[in-house]
Formats: sequence, structure tokens, C-alpha cells
Amino acid sequence: MNCNLASSTAGKLRLATVWLAGCSGCHMSFLDLDEWLIDLADRVDMVFSPVASDIKDYPQDVDLCLVEGGVANSDNLELILQVRERTRTLVSFGDCAITANVPGLRNRLEGAEPVLRRGYLELADGNGVVPHAPGIVPELLPRVLPLHEVVPVDLYLPGCPPSAARIRAFLEPLLRGELPAMEGAAMIRFG
Amino acid sequence: MSVSTLMIDGHEVAMAAGATLLAAAREVGITIPTLCHLEGLSPVAACRLCLVEIEGSGKLEPACITPVLEGMVVRTDTSRLQDYRRTVIELLFTEGNHVCAVCVANGHCELQDRAVDVGMDHSRLPYRYPDRPVDLSHHLFGLDHNRCILCTRCVRVCDEVEGAHVWDVGWRGEHCRIISGLNQPWGEVDSCTNCGKCVQVCPTGALFHKGDTAEEKHDDSSQLVALVRARQARQVAP
Repeated sequence: MNCNLASSTAGKLRLATVWLAGCSGCHMSFLDLDEWLIDLADRVDMVFSPVASDIKDYPQDVDLCLVEGGVANSDNLELILQVRERTRTLVSFGDCAITANVPGLRNRLEGAEPVLRRGYLELADGNGVVPHAPGIVPELLPRVLPLHEVVPVDLYLPGCPPSAARIRAFLEPLLRGELPAMEGAAMIRFG
Repeated sequence: MSVSTLMIDGHEVAMAAGATLLAAAREVGITIPTLCHLEGLSPVAACRLCLVEIEGSGKLEPACITPVLEGMVVRTDTSRLQDYRRTVIELLFTEGNHVCAVCVANGHCELQDRAVDVGMDHSRLPYRYPDRPVDLSHHLFGLDHNRCILCTRCVRVCDEVEGAHVWDVGWRGEHCRIISGLNQPWGEVDSCTNCGKCVQVCPTGALFHKGDTAEEKHDDSSQLVALVRARQARQVAP
């Protein structure tokens, strides 16, 4: 496991958060860190995040990245491969990233086409149309996959969502260059 | 009454003949994780969580059904056992569809509890996402096969405590599932007394009260244990 955060470029830890196939609840929980976010902002460079940065392209040389959500479509897949390549320590952030969770409920339908048919035709009011806009609307993958079934993952932070207290207890040791103790219901209980 | 003396994790313990290793371990304060086991019901060693090592035997034995023997040396928490237990829990999570966030039993689930005990922060095994049905034909209760871990507590409580034998186990391997009556919808099984004991002892959200939504199932199997003890006490009394 690569958790040598101290090896980053001189100065602050370069932190990113990424939102794939999840409800954004993990990011909302991250925002629930409230005033501790101000402390955090002093100790890290927030280099990419849907809630804390306006950068559109995932940067190079990221020390730590929290990834919310599973891999559900072609955009998710492209981004997670880029994230893995450019990140020292990749964290599966929340149950969707770890188990596919609620987005993964569609996996029993076996394939993108039955999912789209179910969602846009069978359950439609009136004239349903299956969306098809290559290059604009990303194509669904046959299954929603947990991150670690797509790329190597360094650390796992379960919870739906992980509470702000759990996120803080996870990040504080990492900011000191230590691994968090992932044990006990307060840290690893799913749901 | 003959007594056997044995060693469990370095603790010496004397137990009456016929007692199980699980009971002996509990006697000296050692917790062996269990899921299918429930005091008051016959043990079946279905979940394999309570496997222990016995010196001189190459085979792992389930503590819930293995009787104590004089001179046994037992280990309950080696790194090999810890790894197997975590794998057992991962198998249970990946072979069904356990979506904790939207489950009636979220926060009150024995499968969740055991996952914490074995340190499971993710599954090293791939998820199967099987297509399993939900039976909502009973007017009070529901059965969601997606959340069933085949512990058979419902089968045993209905047979042994309620005496109705509504439940059984049908098919084998990945098709194995709990069935009601002669594989009929639960609501059509006349022998069901609507007592709800099966719901109460179910360790997950597989059996639930209709109307319960996420996190609302708060059943407690200790009530069943109290009932069985009270019946036993009455049978013993003159």
C-alpha cells in the first residue's frame, strides 16, 4: 500500500475529491465537517473537488484522493483510470465506491440496455425515449463496479454516508503521515 | 455426570460431557463469532463462522456442534481462523444483494455486526448480484431473498418452538433458498400461525414486518431465548 504522503512535493498535501456514481451524500458529509474544513484548508492544497475547487481537469501529482461512487459509465471509467495514474493514495470513499451499493441495484438486470429500457420506456409516462447522444451523454457500462474491481485501491472508508466524525478520524492520521485505524463500528460499519 | 477438562486459548475449563466447544469458550469469557447459532434452537453449523482449531486434528471444527473431550487443546482466534472468518462474511455479502443503506435492518443487523467484528472494510471477492425474488404475499410480513443468508433460524424456530413448520430449505448451491409450505407463496400457507417468531430471529432484514422501511426493523432474538428458557423452567418444575 502506498501511503507515503510525506513524499509529496515540499509544502502542503495535495488533496482531491472525486464524485462518480453516487448520490453526493459522501461529499455532503464531507461538508458536514463544518469549521474543521477551515483547519483542513490551512493544511492541504485542495487541487480538485466538486465541492471545494473549480478545476475541471484532474491534475498530476495528487497525494490523496477520496473517490465517492462506483464506476457506472464511460466518463466514470475514464476519470478513475486518470485518478489512479495521478494519485499516490486512492481512497474508496463510502459504500457506493466500495460495494456499488444503491447504483449497483441495477446490476441484477444484466446490462445497460435492459436498464435503459426499464427506466426510459417501461416506466415512462406517455412516449418514452431512450437517451442516445454519443459524446454528450456518457454510455452506461453493463454493470456498476466497486472501484477496487477496476483499479487498485489503497484505503477504504465505508459508510452511507461515512459520518463527518468518521471522515475526520480518517483524515487526521493521514495528515500526520500515519494510517488510520480502520476497525470497530465507529469506523467501518456499512450503511 | 462426567466432566471433561480442556484448554481453550490457554484457559483451562471443565465442562460436563456433551457440552459444546462454543459453550465452553463462553464459560471462560472467550467470544467466538456466530451467525446461525441461537440459544434455544438446535445448532446446525451452517454459517461456519465458529470454526476452531483443535490440536492434533488437521480439520477445522464448528464450535457450535463439536462436543468437548478430555484433554482437548483448542484455539479460537489464530490468524488463519481470522482470515477464514472474514472470507465467510465476504462470501455472505457477495453472494446475495446486501444493500445496507436501504435495508430495514440497517443498524440492527447481525451480518453488519459480524462484518465489523472480522474487520471487513471491503470485499476481496467480486459481487454476484443474483436475481432473487421478494415474497410479499403474507398480510403481515415479507421475505426478501436478496438479504437471506440461509442461516435457517426461521426454519428451526417455526419447527422447534412454534411447532408449525412453515419453512424449509429448497434446492441446492446458488439456487438454494428458504421456501414456505410446499414452495407456495407464504400468504397461501395455512399452517402459518402469524406468530412472527421467524421475523424476530432473522439476523438480517430478509424477514421483516410490512410497513418497516429503512432502519426500522428492531427485532431482538433475546425475546425468543427468554421464551425458550421459560418453557424449559416450567418443564423442569414439579
